[in-house]
Amino acid sequence: MPQGDKTFTIPFQITEDLTLPKVLLETAKRYGESKAAMREKEFGIWKPITWTQYLEKVKYIALGLVSLGLKREDKVAMIGDNRPEGLWAEMATMSVGGIAIWLFQDSLMDEVAYIINHSDAAFLFGEGQEEVDKALSIRDRCPYLRKIIWDDPKGMRDYDDPLLISLKEVENLGRELEKKEPDLFEKMVAQGKAQDVALLFYTSGTTALPKGALLSHYNMLTMGQNMMKVDPCTPEDDFVSFLPFAWIGEQMMSISSGLQVGFTVNFPEEPEVANENIREIGPHIMFAPPRMYEQMTRSVQVKHLDSTRLKRFMYTTAQKIGYYVADLKFDKKPIPLGWKILDWISHALVFKKLRDHLGLSRVRNAYTGGAAMGPDHFRFFHALGVNLKQIYGQTEIAGISVLHRTGDIKFDTVGTPIPDTEIKITEDGEILSKSPSVFLGYYKNPEATAKTLQDGWLYSGDKGFIDEDGHLVVFDRTKDVMILSDKSIFSPQYLETRLKFSPYLKDAWVIGHEKAYITAVVCIDYAVVGKWADEKKLNYTSYPELSQKQEVYDLVEKQIREANKSLKPAAKINKFVNLYKEFDADDEELTRTRKLRRAFVENRYKDIVKALYEQTDNVHMDTTITYEDGRVVHIKTDLHIREIPVKEEK
Amino acid sequence: MSSDHLGPVMLKVDEVSMFFGKVAALSGVSFDVREREIHSIIGPNGAGKTVMLNCINGLYHPQKGSISFKGEEITKLKPHQRAQKGLSRTFQKIELFRGMTVLDNIRLGRHNHLKSGIISGSIYFGKTAQEEIKTREFIEEEIIDLLEIESIRNKTVGMLPYGMQKRVELGRALALNPTLLLLDEPLAGLNLEEVEDMARFILDINLEERWKVTCILVEHDMGVVMDISDRISVLNFGTKITTGTPSDIQNNPQVVEAYLGEEDLYATRR
Repeated sequence: MPQGDKTFTIPFQITEDLTLPKVLLETAKRYGESKAAMREKEFGIWKPITWTQYLEKVKYIALGLVSLGLKREDKVAMIGDNRPEGLWAEMATMSVGGIAIWLFQDSLMDEVAYIINHSDAAFLFGEGQEEVDKALSIRDRCPYLRKIIWDDPKGMRDYDDPLLISLKEVENLGRELEKKEPDLFEKMVAQGKAQDVALLFYTSGTTALPKGALLSHYNMLTMGQNMMKVDPCTPEDDFVSFLPFAWIGEQMMSISSGLQVGFTVNFPEEPEVANENIREIGPHIMFAPPRMYEQMTRSVQVKHLDSTRLKRFMYTTAQKIGYYVADLKFDKKPIPLGWKILDWISHALVFKKLRDHLGLSRVRNAYTGGAAMGPDHFRFFHALGVNLKQIYGQTEIAGISVLHRTGDIKFDTVGTPIPDTEIKITEDGEILSKSPSVFLGYYKNPEATAKTLQDGWLYSGDKGFIDEDGHLVVFDRTKDVMILSDKSIFSPQYLETRLKFSPYLKDAWVIGHEKAYITAVVCIDYAVVGKWADEKKLNYTSYPELSQKQEVYDLVEKQIREANKSLKPAAKINKFVNLYKEFDADDEELTRTRKLRRAFVENRYKDIVKALYEQTDNVHMDTTITYEDGRVVHIKTDLHIREIPVKEEK
Repeated sequence: MSSDHLGPVMLKVDEVSMFFGKVAALSGVSFDVREREIHSIIGPNGAGKTVMLNCINGLYHPQKGSISFKGEEITKLKPHQRAQKGLSRTFQKIELFRGMTVLDNIRLGRHNHLKSGIISGSIYFGKTAQEEIKTREFIEEEIIDLLEIESIRNKTVGMLPYGMQKRVELGRALALNPTLLLLDEPLAGLNLEEVEDMARFILDINLEERWKVTCILVEHDMGVVMDISDRISVLNFGTKITTGTPSDIQNNPQVVEAYLGEEDLYATRR
């Protein structure tokens, strides 16, 4: 099993002068043509981009931006899939002394317009026609926008708007400028200071409008180094970049750690084939929000249901062994030799193959963060022998403050602080953290800054405590913690993650704060339940219809009963309703990082909540759905409410 | 669409008649297709549209009349000889090898361009290797990327949804690197989103500098036909009523009577 730690010391000393572009310059000098900085799958082949080429691209784009009028501290926004051009543009912006902003690829136009205006971004890097169309449609609302830069020529043949310019042209402008001022780029990079703002990061915000967190080079560099002190990566490692750059976790790996260590960042061909591409690369490090791991678990469970009896038997047996060994490890007990042998056999016969299919065959450290992950998922991956760890942090602390250590993993905690980081808990249970990576403040929002940053401490708004082993336990957002009927405090997310371990349930929203009993609103997984319904010869035409079938209710009830088994009586789910649609970020029910926006859904589905606490088995819904292209559709439907009698335990 | 970007006449169909027994499927049909044009053939069911395409690509040989391609008489040529001259087509009913992968199906379309012999082919040396690399580049960079079928490259065609199969068929026709492409109802059976995609691909093939393929389109979706065609020929019971621009056709009383008037002209998906 490719576990255990490697050693590598980052060859950079963080000083007042060190910036990310300087790190790029140094690393490019060190590796030159000898090593791939990036790889992109294009036209079916992995094409390497060496460090020299990386630097060259950044240089010419940076100079091109200068000839287009970019000045120090100007903002440059970026949108599009993960691709080398995106990182080049980001590094080019920083090289000039500008501030980079990443937007989520699936942002609606209003969100894009809000961020571009709020940040007064002067340039926007888009990928192709889609982003260009998006940007052109909001140009009237964004008076500061000077140029839109695109790199994929597909479908762009008829565009001749003066606002548009292709990345190639920008690079050519850069080349021309270099002829006039050959050492301009190096001079600009040399001007940078560690405390300069590098990134303006708009947090997705579960509660309000996005806030722009200002992160300095110093923040990013210290975070990268402190994380690498815990789990060193080596220059030979591979990392696959497939999650939005607008998520701090991706910046953490591709920029903060990637540049300093010099490992290879790989970009998938298209988002749809990311999973296949991950398998081809077999990365050594992986960082993804729980959704991704939940998806992997689900795909294994579904395939398991589909396979032959022998394979099912093999898998179930191997899994039992895996779980047993993983639990011993969690409890830090020695593993008896017999079990070691059994574990080795199950690895050789089952898990090796399974891990390969998931793209995890070489993974040394897999991280999850951004939201809570259920214990079931955690155990699942450890049973496979994947060293999955929880990360806790915020955008405001450049991504990470607390992390599990290999061999010291407790799945209900998020681990212990990384070096140079202090954590403390206020009297009312709020988690505070302090480290060199704590951000500079929110852009144009002094009130929020004053609330979040006090005496160098970052007020997270999360509740938690530190357990007897010094591990941090994160409850939830302060306002999301529920008080149950027996007056105990409980985290709805914990219940939700338990429910989501079932392959049939894609999303769940658990309600029960200061109420007599607990209820859940459940979104079935259309693909999995749909397939199940096909096999059962159930007819359905759409998600709303399928979700309201009695048989599907029976199925969901079974899943909930399963989750209820291990819960104390006051925390058991009493009633549930199947929602007629999945939660969606475009409907503002989820953040762009796919966290449930509780306050919003509570208001939106208040009729359902009300009905769940009344003596009724039906609720009438009259509402609207927004499609990705902005169309709004009116929906009228009746939803069943199913009660699950909870047995009184004596 | 204005017609000023059109080049000289590429295909000339002259007084073509085709009989099956005593039934005249086509009687004395003439029209021409100019370079870089999208030329649509419309007409009610049984008007002879597919027979016309079959005559052009050589599946049928008309009893009377002549067809010339780039000034050269091709009436008597066999389909594969016409293919070598740059004529390619798709079929109304999908004619792919269902048990083969997408990539293999498209590669087959390239067959005409592979010249290396059996010996060099069997030892994969010299010319064969070079040809294979060129073929791979062409297929990946031009076709797979254009049609956005990266994710299904290695899937077996028979397992794919219908809309995707249609796309693969277009891909195979393009692998021939044609100058004239005959499209027989490329939009039939597709849903709205697939229709939009397919219409965009047809325009891409026609307009992108890389391709600049002239297209003859047989299609019932009047919305798309009127939107993307440069000129339209209308057939009815084997005879041509008229040829003209989309707006001419919409206003032609004969056409309206013969075809469009029967049903709502815009009884399409929009």
